[in-house]
Amino acid sequence: MVSRPRIEKMSAEVVDSNPYSRLMALQRMGIVQDYERIRQFSVMIVGVGGVGSVAAEMLTRCGIGKLLLYDYDKVELANMNRLFYQPHQAGLTKVEAAAETLKFINPDVIIEPYNMNITKIDSFPLFMDKIRTGNKDNSGPVDLVLSCVDNFGARMTINTACNELDQTWMESGVSENAVSGHIQLIVPGRSACFACAPPLIMASNVDESTLKREGVCAASLPTTMGIVAGFLVQNTLKYLLKFGRVSNYLGYNALDDHFLLLALKPNEDCDDSYCRKRQLEQQSNPTVVEENPQPTQTEVTHESNEWGIELVSDSVDVPNENTVDRSHIELASSSSGTVSLDQVKYQYVPKAKCNPQIDTSDNETSAASTARDEDLSIEDLMAQMKRM
Amino acid sequence: MVDEVTKKTLSNIPLLKTKASPRDGEQWRQRLKEELQALIQYVKNNKEADNDWFRLESNQEGTRWWGKAWTIQDMLRYEFDIEFDIPVTYPMSAPEIAIPDLDGKTAKMYRGGKICMTDHFQPLWARNVPRFGIAHALALGLGPWLAVEIPDLIARGIVVHKEKTASTTTADGSSSTK
Repeated sequence: MVSRPRIEKMSAEVVDSNPYSRLMALQRMGIVQDYERIRQFSVMIVGVGGVGSVAAEMLTRCGIGKLLLYDYDKVELANMNRLFYQPHQAGLTKVEAAAETLKFINPDVIIEPYNMNITKIDSFPLFMDKIRTGNKDNSGPVDLVLSCVDNFGARMTINTACNELDQTWMESGVSENAVSGHIQLIVPGRSACFACAPPLIMASNVDESTLKREGVCAASLPTTMGIVAGFLVQNTLKYLLKFGRVSNYLGYNALDDHFLLLALKPNEDCDDSYCRKRQLEQQSNPTVVEENPQPTQTEVTHESNEWGIELVSDSVDVPNENTVDRSHIELASSSSGTVSLDQVKYQYVPKAKCNPQIDTSDNETSAASTARDEDLSIEDLMAQMKRM
Repeated sequence: MVDEVTKKTLSNIPLLKTKASPRDGEQWRQRLKEELQALIQYVKNNKEADNDWFRLESNQEGTRWWGKAWTIQDMLRYEFDIEFDIPVTYPMSAPEIAIPDLDGKTAKMYRGGKICMTDHFQPLWARNVPRFGIAHALALGLGPWLAVEIPDLIARGIVVHKEKTASTTTADGSSSTK
C-alpha cells in the first residue's frame, strides 16, 4: 500500500480529496480560531496500548505536527480485543507497529518511535531529554505529554519528570474491571500531581471483592478504552487550540453512564520536592488562567417531545471508605442532578490518615542491629550477601 | 488484609530510613547500605525459622538485582531465576519482580514474567514509604505469590521437577516449565 503524498498547507476547500476539509470547517464554524496551528504542536504519548494507540491515531488524523511514542511492549494476539493494532502486527514492538500505521494514515505527521522502558535508570535521562527538546523542530520542550500507561511505577516516573521539567501533562487510566476510567490535566504547581494524593478512582456500584477474579490480572474493553482515549484527545485539542473548557479531572463510570468533573488542588506536603517547589513558584508568580473564548451558538429549540425523553438523576449511593480529602477537591459538575464526592474515591487510604498496617513494635532490635552495621561498606555487605 | 504470618515476617525485617533513588548519588549509597542490611537480616531470620527461600545479588550500583527463589513441594525443591530493576522513582514505586521462566505460563503475571501482586501490596507499600525496601517486597510480594501459584502450576503440569523429566535430569533440584 502506498500512502498519499504529503500536503504542504492545510486547505479548507471542501473536496473529496482533501483530508483536512472537515477539520478546517471548525474554523468556519467559529469553534477554533486557527486550526492549522495544530501542525506546530508536538505531543509525547507514553504507553501505546489500549488508550495510547487510539489517542495517537486520533491526533494523527487531526494533523498534529509531531508525535513521540514510548513503549517497550510487543503486539500480541491478546491485544486484539482492543482497537488499532491488527493481527499481522503480532510480534512487532508496539511503537514500530504504531509508527508504520500512523505514517500511512497521515504522512504529514512526524512520528518518532522510542522502544524503551522509561522507569529504568538508564532510559530515564533519555526520556527527560526528549521532553526537554522534543518540540517540532527539536529546539524546545514538547507541548504536552500524555500518560497512557497501565501501572503505578510508570505514572510516577512521568510525574517525576514533568515536575522537574515544569512540563504540563495529562494522565489517563482505565480500571482493572474495564468499566470506568478517567483523564486528568496536571500543571505542575497549579494542580495536584500524581504524588500529591493516592490515585482517584471512579467508585462503581460493584462489590470491590469481585474485581479480582481467580486467574485474571485485568479485564479490558475496546469501548471503555476508546471512550477514555476520546476524552483525552478532546481535552488535548481544547488545551492546544484554545477552545472550550479544558477539564481538570474527568471521571467516567460505564455501569451508570456517570460523568464527574473535578478540580484537584496540589498538596503542600506532597512527597515530590519538585511539586512543592513548583507550588511556591506559582504562589510568588501566579499565572492567570484564561478561559478559552466560547463561540456564540444558536440555541436549538424542540417543539415537541415525541419520544417522551426525560432527564433522570443517576447518582448512586456508594459506600466510600477511602473518602477523598475535600480540602483538595472542588466539584466542577456531574452528569447527575446531585453532585457528590461519593462518586469518586482514593485507590487506597492516604498515608497521613491511616494507622501503620503492620505491627512494628518489636522492630527496635532489628533497627538497632542495622545501626550497629554502619561501619561496614557496601562492598562488604554485598560480599556477605553472596556468602550466605 | 495481610495474614498474620506475613505480618510477623514483615515486623522482623529492619525498616529503612533513607528516602533515595539511584538518581540521588551519595544518598542512594546510604539507602543501598540499608537495603543490604535488611536483606541480610531477612535471610538470617528465614534460616533461623528453617524457611530459607531465596538468594539475591546485584550489580555494583545496586540498580539491577538477580538471584534464585525456591519452594518445596512434595519433598521436591523447585527453583526459579528471579530478576528486577530498581525503578527511577524508588522507593515511591516498588520494584517489579520477574520470574522469566514462567512468562506466559500463568494469568497472574504481566509480560516479561513480572508477577501480579495482590490488591493489598500497592496500598501497603505506599503507606510505608520509605520504610519498606527490597526485603519487604520479597516478603509481601514474591513469597506469597510463589506459595499460591507454584502448587497450582505443578498440579496443572505446567511446572515439572527436573528429576521427573528424563531428558533434563540435573543434580540440583531445579525445575523446568512446559
